[in-house]
Amino acid sequence: MNPVLLWFHRLGSPPLFDAFAARWVPWCFAIATVLMLWGGWEALFVAPTDYKQGDGYRILFIHVPSAWMSLMVYALMALYAGIALVWKIKLCEILAMACAPVGAVFTAITLATGAIWGYPMWGTWWDWDPRMTSELVLLFLYLGVIGLNASIEDRRAAARAAGFLAILGIVLLPVIRYSVDWWGALHQQQTIRLFGESAMHASMFKPLIIMVIATKFWFVGSLLQRARVDNLRREAGKAWARAAAGAPEARA
Amino acid sequence: MPTERAPAIDAAPPSLAGAGRALFARDLALAWRRRGDIAQPLVFALLVVTLFPLALGNDPALLARIAPAVLWVALLLANMLGLDGLFRGDAEDGSLEQMLLAPVPLAWLLAVRVAGHWLTTSLPLLLAAPVLAEMLHLPRAQLGVLMMSLALGTPLLALIGSVVAALTVGMKRSGMILALLALPLYVPVLVFGAGSVMASSEGLPVLVPLLLLGAGLALALVLAPLAAAAALRIAVT
Repeated sequence: MNPVLLWFHRLGSPPLFDAFAARWVPWCFAIATVLMLWGGWEALFVAPTDYKQGDGYRILFIHVPSAWMSLMVYALMALYAGIALVWKIKLCEILAMACAPVGAVFTAITLATGAIWGYPMWGTWWDWDPRMTSELVLLFLYLGVIGLNASIEDRRAAARAAGFLAILGIVLLPVIRYSVDWWGALHQQQTIRLFGESAMHASMFKPLIIMVIATKFWFVGSLLQRARVDNLRREAGKAWARAAAGAPEARA
Repeated sequence: MPTERAPAIDAAPPSLAGAGRALFARDLALAWRRRGDIAQPLVFALLVVTLFPLALGNDPALLARIAPAVLWVALLLANMLGLDGLFRGDAEDGSLEQMLLAPVPLAWLLAVRVAGHWLTTSLPLLLAAPVLAEMLHLPRAQLGVLMMSLALGTPLLALIGSVVAALTVGMKRSGMILALLALPLYVPVLVFGAGSVMASSEGLPVLVPLLLLGAGLALALVLAPLAAAAALRIAVT
Protein backbone atom coordinates (compact mmCIF):
# COMPACT_ATOMS: atom_id res chain seq x y z
CA MET A 1 0.00 0.00 0.00
CA ASN A 2 1.13 3.52 -0.77
CA PRO A 3 2.91 4.87 2.36
CA VAL A 4 0.86 8.08 2.44
CA LEU A 5 -2.38 6.10 2.30
CA LEU A 6 -1.05 3.75 4.95
CA TRP A 7 -0.19 6.67 7.23
CA PHE A 8 -3.68 8.09 6.70
CA HIS A 9 -5.38 4.82 7.52
CA ARG A 10 -3.19 4.22 10.58
CA LEU A 11 -4.05 7.67 11.89
CA GLY A 12 -7.70 6.60 11.90
CA SER A 13 -6.98 4.19 14.72
CA PRO A 14 -7.85 5.84 18.06
CA PRO A 15 -4.71 4.84 20.02
CA LEU A 16 -2.38 5.76 17.18
CA PHE A 17 -4.11 9.08 16.72
CA ASP A 18 -3.80 9.76 20.43
CA ALA A 19 -0.04 9.22 20.26
CA PHE A 20 0.22 11.37 17.12
CA ALA A 21 -1.74 14.23 18.68
CA ALA A 22 0.12 14.03 21.99
CA ARG A 23 3.40 14.32 20.09
CA TRP A 24 2.52 17.19 17.74
CA VAL A 25 0.23 19.48 19.76
CA PRO A 26 3.05 21.12 21.80
CA TRP A 27 5.05 21.75 18.63
CA CYS A 28 2.09 23.34 16.88
CA PHE A 29 1.36 25.67 19.76
CA ALA A 30 5.05 26.52 20.20
CA ILE A 31 5.49 27.41 16.52
CA ALA A 32 2.21 29.35 16.55
CA THR A 33 3.27 31.35 19.61
CA VAL A 34 6.67 32.21 18.15
CA LEU A 35 5.12 33.24 14.84
CA MET A 36 2.45 35.31 16.58
CA LEU A 37 5.04 37.14 18.67
CA TRP A 38 7.16 37.82 15.60
CA GLY A 39 4.13 38.76 13.49
CA GLY A 40 2.79 40.98 16.26
CA TRP A 41 6.08 42.80 16.56
CA GLU A 42 6.26 43.28 12.79
CA ALA A 43 2.65 44.41 12.67
CA LEU A 44 2.94 46.93 15.48
CA PHE A 45 6.41 48.35 15.00
CA VAL A 46 7.81 47.55 11.57
CA ALA A 47 4.92 47.94 9.16
CA PRO A 48 4.55 51.54 8.05
CA THR A 49 1.68 53.81 9.05
CA ASP A 50 -1.15 53.88 6.55
CA TYR A 51 -1.57 57.25 4.82
CA LYS A 52 -5.35 57.13 5.10
CA GLN A 53 -6.07 55.29 8.35
CA GLY A 54 -3.00 56.07 10.42
CA ASP A 55 -2.01 53.44 12.94
CA GLY A 56 -5.51 52.15 13.59
CA TYR A 57 -5.36 49.92 10.52
CA ARG A 58 -2.98 47.54 12.31
CA ILE A 59 -5.89 45.55 13.69
CA LEU A 60 -6.09 44.23 10.13
CA PHE A 61 -3.29 41.83 11.02
CA ILE A 62 -5.60 40.04 13.43
CA HIS A 63 -8.84 40.64 11.56
CA VAL A 64 -7.85 39.28 8.15
CA PRO A 65 -6.14 36.03 9.27
CA SER A 66 -9.11 35.31 11.56
CA ALA A 67 -11.53 35.90 8.69
CA TRP A 68 -9.64 33.59 6.35
CA MET A 69 -9.46 30.95 9.09
CA SER A 70 -13.19 31.17 9.79
CA LEU A 71 -13.89 30.25 6.18
CA MET A 72 -11.15 27.64 5.84
CA VAL A 73 -12.17 25.87 9.03
CA TYR A 74 -15.78 25.64 7.87
CA ALA A 75 -14.71 24.12 4.57
CA LEU A 76 -12.46 21.66 6.41
CA MET A 77 -15.24 20.79 8.84
CA ALA A 78 -17.60 20.06 5.96
CA LEU A 79 -14.89 17.95 4.26
CA TYR A 80 -14.32 15.87 7.41
CA ALA A 81 -18.07 15.52 7.85
CA GLY A 82 -18.43 14.35 4.26
CA ILE A 83 -15.72 11.72 4.69
CA ALA A 84 -17.30 10.62 7.96
CA LEU A 85 -20.76 10.27 6.41
CA VAL A 86 -19.55 8.38 3.34
CA TRP A 87 -16.84 6.15 4.81
CA LYS A 88 -18.05 6.12 8.42
CA ILE A 89 -14.56 6.84 9.75
CA LYS A 90 -14.97 7.55 13.46
CA LEU A 91 -11.93 9.79 13.66
CA CYS A 92 -13.22 12.04 10.90
CA GLU A 93 -16.40 12.53 12.93
CA ILE A 94 -14.27 13.53 15.91
CA LEU A 95 -12.18 15.92 13.81
CA ALA A 96 -15.24 17.49 12.20
CA MET A 97 -16.85 18.20 15.58
CA ALA A 98 -13.55 19.50 16.96
CA CYS A 99 -13.32 22.01 14.11
CA ALA A 100 -16.60 23.66 15.03
CA PRO A 101 -15.70 25.49 18.26
CA VAL A 102 -12.35 26.64 16.88
CA GLY A 103 -13.99 27.99 13.75
CA ALA A 104 -16.72 29.67 15.77
CA VAL A 105 -14.16 31.49 17.89
CA PHE A 106 -12.24 32.62 14.79
CA THR A 107 -15.52 33.96 13.39
CA ALA A 108 -16.29 35.75 16.65
CA ILE A 109 -12.79 37.29 16.67
CA THR A 110 -13.33 38.42 13.08
CA LEU A 111 -16.62 40.09 13.97
CA ALA A 112 -15.26 41.65 17.16
CA THR A 113 -12.06 43.00 15.60
CA GLY A 114 -14.13 44.24 12.69
CA ALA A 115 -16.37 46.18 15.05
CA ILE A 116 -13.37 47.57 16.95
CA TRP A 117 -11.81 48.63 13.66
CA GLY A 118 -15.07 50.03 12.36
CA TYR A 119 -15.90 52.36 15.21
CA PRO A 120 -12.97 54.79 15.00
CA MET A 121 -12.55 54.42 11.23
CA TRP A 122 -16.06 54.37 9.82
CA GLY A 123 -18.01 55.75 12.78
CA THR A 124 -20.11 52.67 13.48
CA TRP A 125 -19.70 49.40 15.36
CA TRP A 126 -21.90 47.50 12.90
CA ASP A 127 -23.32 48.05 9.43
CA TRP A 128 -25.24 45.11 7.89
CA ASP A 129 -23.24 45.26 4.72
CA PRO A 130 -23.04 41.95 2.78
CA ARG A 131 -19.69 40.79 4.09
CA MET A 132 -20.48 41.44 7.76
CA THR A 133 -23.94 39.96 7.50
CA SER A 134 -22.77 36.76 5.82
CA GLU A 135 -19.97 36.42 8.40
CA LEU A 136 -22.63 36.71 11.10
CA VAL A 137 -24.71 34.00 9.41
CA LEU A 138 -21.54 31.87 9.28
CA LEU A 139 -21.31 32.25 13.06
CA PHE A 140 -24.92 31.10 13.35
CA LEU A 141 -24.14 28.06 11.21
CA TYR A 142 -21.19 27.17 13.45
CA LEU A 143 -23.33 27.59 16.57
CA GLY A 144 -25.98 25.39 14.97
CA VAL A 145 -23.46 22.60 14.39
CA ILE A 146 -22.15 22.91 17.95
CA GLY A 147 -25.69 23.00 19.35
CA LEU A 148 -26.92 20.01 17.38
CA ASN A 149 -23.84 17.98 18.32
CA ALA A 150 -24.42 18.79 21.98
CA SER A 151 -28.12 17.99 22.01
CA ILE A 152 -28.01 14.37 20.85
CA GLU A 153 -27.02 11.75 23.42
CA ASP A 154 -25.31 9.15 21.26
CA ARG A 155 -21.96 10.65 20.21
CA ARG A 156 -21.75 8.97 16.81
CA ALA A 157 -25.33 9.85 15.88
CA ALA A 158 -24.74 13.41 17.08
CA ALA A 159 -21.61 13.76 14.95
CA ARG A 160 -23.41 12.36 11.90
CA ALA A 161 -26.35 14.74 12.27
CA ALA A 162 -24.17 17.78 12.98
CA GLY A 163 -21.87 16.80 10.12
CA PHE A 164 -24.84 16.66 7.76
CA LEU A 165 -25.82 20.12 8.93
CA ALA A 166 -22.29 21.36 8.24
CA ILE A 167 -22.51 20.03 4.68
CA LEU A 168 -25.93 21.69 4.23
CA GLY A 169 -24.39 24.92 5.43
CA ILE A 170 -21.52 24.77 2.99
CA VAL A 171 -23.94 24.33 0.12
CA LEU A 172 -25.93 27.33 1.27
CA LEU A 173 -23.00 29.55 2.29
CA PRO A 174 -22.28 30.85 -1.25
CA VAL A 175 -26.05 31.36 -1.73
CA ILE A 176 -26.24 33.38 1.47
CA ARG A 177 -23.14 35.38 0.55
CA TYR A 178 -24.46 36.07 -2.94
CA SER A 179 -28.00 36.88 -1.81
CA VAL A 180 -26.84 39.29 0.87
CA ASP A 181 -24.46 40.83 -1.66
CA TRP A 182 -27.36 41.43 -3.99
CA TRP A 183 -29.33 42.91 -1.12
CA GLY A 184 -26.49 45.34 -0.58
CA ALA A 185 -26.67 46.37 -4.20
CA LEU A 186 -30.38 47.05 -3.78
CA HIS A 187 -29.75 49.65 -1.13
CA GLN A 188 -26.60 51.09 -2.59
CA GLN A 189 -27.99 54.58 -2.41
CA GLN A 190 -27.88 54.41 1.37
CA THR A 191 -24.20 54.54 2.27
CA ILE A 192 -21.20 55.63 0.30
CA ARG A 193 -17.92 54.11 1.40
CA LEU A 194 -15.80 56.78 3.07
CA PHE A 195 -12.59 54.79 2.79
CA GLY A 196 -11.55 52.72 -0.19
CA GLU A 197 -9.49 49.57 0.29
CA SER A 198 -6.02 50.33 -1.05
CA ALA A 199 -4.00 47.49 -2.59
CA MET A 200 -1.61 46.16 0.01
CA HIS A 201 1.99 47.32 0.05
CA ALA A 202 4.77 44.73 0.31
CA SER A 203 5.87 46.04 3.69
CA MET A 204 2.43 45.32 5.09
CA PHE A 205 2.25 41.97 3.38
CA LYS A 206 4.99 40.37 5.48
CA PRO A 207 3.32 40.66 8.92
CA LEU A 208 0.05 39.53 7.36
CA ILE A 209 1.59 36.36 5.97
CA ILE A 210 3.32 35.62 9.26
CA MET A 211 0.04 36.01 11.15
CA VAL A 212 -1.81 33.86 8.59
CA ILE A 213 0.70 31.02 9.02
CA ALA A 214 0.61 31.48 12.80
CA THR A 215 -3.18 31.10 12.90
CA LYS A 216 -2.92 27.96 10.80
CA PHE A 217 -0.52 26.38 13.28
CA TRP A 218 -2.71 27.53 16.17
CA PHE A 219 -5.72 25.95 14.48
CA VAL A 220 -3.95 22.62 13.91
CA GLY A 221 -2.77 22.56 17.53
CA SER A 222 -6.27 23.35 18.83
CA LEU A 223 -7.87 20.84 16.50
CA LEU A 224 -5.53 18.02 17.49
CA GLN A 225 -5.91 18.83 21.18
CA ARG A 226 -9.71 18.91 21.07
CA ALA A 227 -9.83 15.78 18.93
CA ARG A 228 -7.50 14.03 21.35
CA VAL A 229 -9.75 14.88 24.32
CA ASP A 230 -12.90 13.79 22.48
CA ASN A 231 -11.20 10.59 21.37
CA LEU A 232 -10.10 9.74 24.90
CA ARG A 233 -13.55 10.52 26.26
CA ARG A 234 -15.24 8.25 23.73
CA GLU A 235 -12.79 5.40 24.19
CA ALA A 236 -12.62 5.83 27.97
CA GLY A 237 -13.48 2.20 28.62
CA LYS A 238 -10.55 0.84 26.69
CA ALA A 239 -7.29 -0.19 28.32
CA TRP A 240 -5.11 1.93 26.06
CA ALA A 241 -7.15 5.01 26.98
CA ARG A 242 -6.70 4.41 30.68
CA ALA A 243 -2.98 3.93 30.15
CA ALA A 244 -2.69 7.04 28.00
CA ALA A 245 -4.55 9.15 30.53
CA GLY A 246 -2.22 7.85 33.20
CA ALA A 247 -4.90 6.23 35.30
CA PRO A 248 -3.70 3.90 38.04
CA GLU A 249 -4.07 0.19 37.24
CA ALA A 250 -7.76 -0.69 37.29
CA ARG A 251 -9.10 -2.98 39.94
CA ALA A 252 -9.41 -6.19 37.88
CA MET B 1 -61.76 -9.47 11.51
CA PRO B 2 -60.19 -7.76 8.48
CA THR B 3 -62.03 -8.63 5.32
CA GLU B 4 -59.25 -7.63 2.92
CA ARG B 5 -56.37 -9.95 2.30
CA ALA B 6 -52.85 -8.56 2.62
CA PRO B 7 -51.15 -8.29 -0.81
CA ALA B 8 -49.29 -11.43 -1.87
CA ILE B 9 -45.59 -11.44 -1.14
CA ASP B 10 -44.70 -11.30 -4.83
CA ALA B 11 -47.19 -8.56 -5.69
CA ALA B 12 -45.77 -5.58 -7.59
CA PRO B 13 -44.70 -2.68 -5.35
CA PRO B 14 -47.07 0.31 -5.37
CA SER B 15 -46.51 2.82 -8.14
CA LEU B 16 -45.11 6.23 -7.31
CA ALA B 17 -48.42 7.88 -8.09
CA GLY B 18 -50.38 5.36 -6.05
CA ALA B 19 -48.15 5.65 -3.02
CA GLY B 20 -48.09 9.42 -3.33
CA ARG B 21 -51.85 9.63 -3.57
CA ALA B 22 -52.28 7.36 -0.55
CA LEU B 23 -49.89 9.38 1.61
CA PHE B 24 -51.40 12.68 0.47
CA ALA B 25 -54.92 11.46 1.24
CA ARG B 26 -53.80 10.24 4.64
CA ASP B 27 -52.11 13.53 5.52
CA LEU B 28 -55.12 15.57 4.42
CA ALA B 29 -57.48 13.29 6.32
CA LEU B 30 -55.39 13.64 9.47
CA ALA B 31 -55.24 17.41 9.03
CA TRP B 32 -59.00 17.53 8.50
CA ARG B 33 -59.59 15.65 11.75
CA ARG B 34 -57.64 18.38 13.57
CA ARG B 35 -58.87 21.15 11.36
CA GLY B 36 -58.90 23.58 14.25
CA ASP B 37 -55.13 23.47 14.09
CA ILE B 38 -55.20 25.51 10.88
CA ALA B 39 -56.10 28.48 13.04
CA GLN B 40 -52.87 28.29 15.02
CA PRO B 41 -50.36 29.61 12.45
CA LEU B 42 -52.96 32.13 11.31
CA VAL B 43 -53.51 33.54 14.78
CA PHE B 44 -49.76 33.52 15.39
CA ALA B 45 -49.11 35.58 12.27
CA LEU B 46 -51.92 37.91 13.23
CA LEU B 47 -50.46 38.39 16.69
CA VAL B 48 -46.98 39.08 15.34
CA VAL B 49 -48.40 41.62 12.91
CA THR B 50 -50.30 43.22 15.79
CA LEU B 51 -47.18 43.53 17.93
CA PHE B 52 -45.49 45.96 15.57
CA PRO B 53 -48.04 48.78 15.57
CA LEU B 54 -48.33 48.30 19.32
CA ALA B 55 -44.60 48.77 19.67
CA LEU B 56 -44.12 51.48 17.07
CA GLY B 57 -47.22 53.54 17.52
CA ASN B 58 -49.91 54.33 14.99
CA ASP B 59 -47.98 56.02 12.22
CA PRO B 60 -49.44 54.78 8.91
CA ALA B 61 -46.49 55.97 6.84
CA LEU B 62 -43.97 54.15 9.04
CA LEU B 63 -46.09 51.01 9.12
CA ALA B 64 -46.45 51.08 5.34
CA ARG B 65 -42.68 51.23 4.96
CA ILE B 66 -41.99 48.27 7.20
CA ALA B 67 -45.08 46.29 6.18
CA PRO B 68 -43.38 43.99 3.62
CA ALA B 69 -40.61 43.06 6.04
CA VAL B 70 -42.97 42.51 8.98
CA LEU B 71 -45.32 40.37 6.87
CA TRP B 72 -42.46 38.28 5.55
CA VAL B 73 -40.99 37.75 9.01
CA ALA B 74 -44.40 36.93 10.48
CA LEU B 75 -45.09 34.29 7.82
CA LEU B 76 -41.55 32.96 8.07
CA LEU B 77 -41.86 32.50 11.85
CA ALA B 78 -45.32 30.96 11.53
CA ASN B 79 -43.90 28.55 8.95
CA MET B 80 -41.00 27.69 11.18
CA LEU B 81 -43.18 26.96 14.18
CA GLY B 82 -45.20 24.57 12.06
CA LEU B 83 -42.14 22.53 11.10
CA ASP B 84 -42.23 20.53 14.30
CA GLY B 85 -45.55 19.02 13.31
CA LEU B 86 -44.15 17.75 10.02
CA PHE B 87 -42.78 14.49 11.39
CA ARG B 88 -43.67 14.46 15.07
CA GLY B 89 -46.93 12.53 14.74
CA ASP B 90 -45.36 9.83 12.63
CA ALA B 91 -42.25 9.63 14.77
CA GLU B 92 -44.36 9.03 17.85
CA ASP B 93 -46.47 6.18 16.52
CA GLY B 94 -43.89 4.40 14.41
CA SER B 95 -45.21 5.35 10.98
CA LEU B 96 -41.93 7.07 10.23
CA GLU B 97 -40.02 3.80 10.28
CA GLN B 98 -42.65 2.35 7.95
CA MET B 99 -42.03 5.19 5.55
CA LEU B 100 -38.30 4.46 5.73
CA LEU B 101 -38.95 0.82 4.89
CA ALA B 102 -41.42 1.51 2.11
CA PRO B 103 -40.66 0.13 -1.37
CA VAL B 104 -41.16 3.62 -2.79
CA PRO B 105 -38.30 6.15 -2.68
CA LEU B 106 -38.30 7.98 0.65
CA ALA B 107 -37.57 11.26 -1.12
CA TRP B 108 -40.83 10.95 -3.08
CA LEU B 109 -42.82 10.31 0.09
CA LEU B 110 -41.21 13.30 1.77
CA ALA B 111 -41.98 15.50 -1.23
CA VAL B 112 -45.63 14.50 -0.99
CA ARG B 113 -45.56 15.08 2.77
CA VAL B 114 -44.14 18.60 2.36
CA ALA B 115 -46.74 19.36 -0.31
CA GLY B 116 -49.52 18.36 2.05
CA HIS B 117 -47.93 20.35 4.84
CA TRP B 118 -47.70 23.44 2.65
CA LEU B 119 -51.35 23.10 1.68
CA THR B 120 -52.51 22.85 5.26
CA THR B 121 -50.26 25.41 6.95
CA SER B 122 -48.91 27.89 4.40
CA LEU B 123 -51.85 28.19 2.03
CA PRO B 124 -54.17 29.58 4.74
CA LEU B 125 -51.44 32.06 5.62
CA LEU B 126 -51.16 33.06 1.95
CA LEU B 127 -54.89 33.63 1.76
CA ALA B 128 -54.81 35.71 4.94
CA ALA B 129 -51.81 37.77 3.78
CA PRO B 130 -53.84 40.50 1.99
CA VAL B 131 -55.83 41.07 5.20
CA LEU B 132 -52.65 41.32 7.24
CA ALA B 133 -51.14 43.61 4.62
CA GLU B 134 -54.10 45.94 4.86
CA MET B 135 -53.70 46.06 8.63
CA LEU B 136 -50.20 47.39 8.12
CA HIS B 137 -51.29 49.85 5.43
CA LEU B 138 -49.25 48.16 2.70
CA PRO B 139 -49.71 50.19 -0.51
CA ARG B 140 -52.01 48.34 -2.92
CA ALA B 141 -49.40 48.52 -5.66
CA GLN B 142 -47.04 46.31 -3.68
CA LEU B 143 -49.62 43.69 -2.79
CA GLY B 144 -49.22 41.84 -6.07
CA VAL B 145 -45.45 41.55 -5.66
CA LEU B 146 -45.91 40.49 -2.04
CA MET B 147 -48.31 37.71 -2.97
CA MET B 148 -46.03 36.54 -5.77
CA SER B 149 -42.99 36.48 -3.48
CA LEU B 150 -44.94 34.61 -0.80
CA ALA B 151 -46.30 32.13 -3.34
CA LEU B 152 -42.75 31.33 -4.41
CA GLY B 153 -41.15 31.72 -1.00
CA THR B 154 -43.41 29.72 1.32
CA PRO B 155 -42.93 26.41 -0.56
CA LEU B 156 -39.21 27.09 -0.51
CA LEU B 157 -39.34 27.67 3.24
CA ALA B 158 -41.32 24.48 3.71
CA LEU B 159 -38.82 22.47 1.65
CA ILE B 160 -35.73 23.85 3.42
CA GLY B 161 -37.49 23.49 6.75
CA SER B 162 -38.32 19.85 6.02
CA VAL B 163 -34.60 19.03 5.79
CA VAL B 164 -33.92 20.59 9.19
CA ALA B 165 -37.03 18.99 10.69
CA ALA B 166 -35.89 15.61 9.37
CA LEU B 167 -32.48 16.14 10.96
CA THR B 168 -33.96 16.85 14.40
CA VAL B 169 -36.83 14.35 14.32
CA GLY B 170 -37.47 12.49 17.53
CA MET B 171 -35.36 14.84 19.64
CA LYS B 172 -37.03 15.88 22.85
CA ARG B 173 -37.23 19.65 23.29
CA SER B 174 -36.37 20.10 19.64
CA GLY B 175 -38.40 23.27 19.23
CA MET B 176 -35.71 25.84 19.96
CA ILE B 177 -32.88 24.03 18.23
CA LEU B 178 -35.07 23.50 15.17
CA ALA B 179 -35.55 27.26 15.01
CA LEU B 180 -31.84 27.97 15.51
CA LEU B 181 -30.88 25.60 12.71
CA ALA B 182 -33.57 26.64 10.27
CA LEU B 183 -33.25 30.42 10.53
CA PRO B 184 -29.74 30.82 9.04
CA LEU B 185 -30.81 28.63 6.14
CA TYR B 186 -33.92 30.80 5.66
CA VAL B 187 -31.82 33.94 5.22
CA PRO B 188 -31.53 33.87 1.38
CA VAL B 189 -35.29 33.29 0.99
CA LEU B 190 -36.07 36.20 3.28
CA VAL B 191 -33.54 38.44 1.55
CA PHE B 192 -34.99 37.85 -1.89
CA GLY B 193 -38.61 37.59 -0.79
CA ALA B 194 -38.83 40.71 1.34
CA GLY B 195 -36.26 42.32 -0.93
CA SER B 196 -38.52 42.00 -3.96
CA VAL B 197 -41.30 43.92 -2.22
CA MET B 198 -38.89 46.54 -0.88
CA ALA B 199 -37.55 46.88 -4.42
CA SER B 200 -41.03 47.47 -5.78
CA SER B 201 -41.57 50.12 -3.12
CA GLU B 202 -38.46 51.93 -4.38
CA GLY B 203 -39.31 51.51 -8.04
CA LEU B 204 -36.48 49.04 -8.71
CA PRO B 205 -37.02 45.96 -10.94
CA VAL B 206 -38.81 43.19 -9.08
CA LEU B 207 -38.40 40.47 -11.67
CA VAL B 208 -34.85 39.59 -10.64
CA PRO B 209 -35.47 38.57 -7.03
CA LEU B 210 -38.69 36.80 -8.01
CA LEU B 211 -36.90 34.83 -10.70
CA LEU B 212 -34.16 33.96 -8.23
CA LEU B 213 -36.78 32.75 -5.77
CA GLY B 214 -38.28 30.69 -8.56
CA ALA B 215 -34.89 29.22 -9.40
CA GLY B 216 -34.31 28.38 -5.76
CA LEU B 217 -37.73 26.74 -5.62
CA ALA B 218 -36.98 24.67 -8.72
CA LEU B 219 -33.72 23.46 -7.18
CA ALA B 220 -35.29 22.80 -3.81
CA LEU B 221 -38.18 20.83 -5.31
CA VAL B 222 -35.65 18.30 -6.55
CA LEU B 223 -32.87 18.48 -3.97
CA ALA B 224 -34.64 19.15 -0.68
CA PRO B 225 -36.59 15.86 -0.58
CA LEU B 226 -33.37 13.97 -1.33
CA ALA B 227 -31.54 15.86 1.42
CA ALA B 228 -34.46 15.36 3.80
CA ALA B 229 -34.45 11.62 3.08
CA ALA B 230 -30.73 11.45 3.86
CA ALA B 231 -31.25 13.52 7.01
CA LEU B 232 -34.14 11.30 8.11
CA ARG B 233 -32.04 8.18 7.71
CA ILE B 234 -29.29 9.80 9.74
CA ALA B 235 -31.65 10.93 12.48
CA VAL B 236 -33.62 7.69 12.78
CA THR B 237 -30.59 5.60 13.55
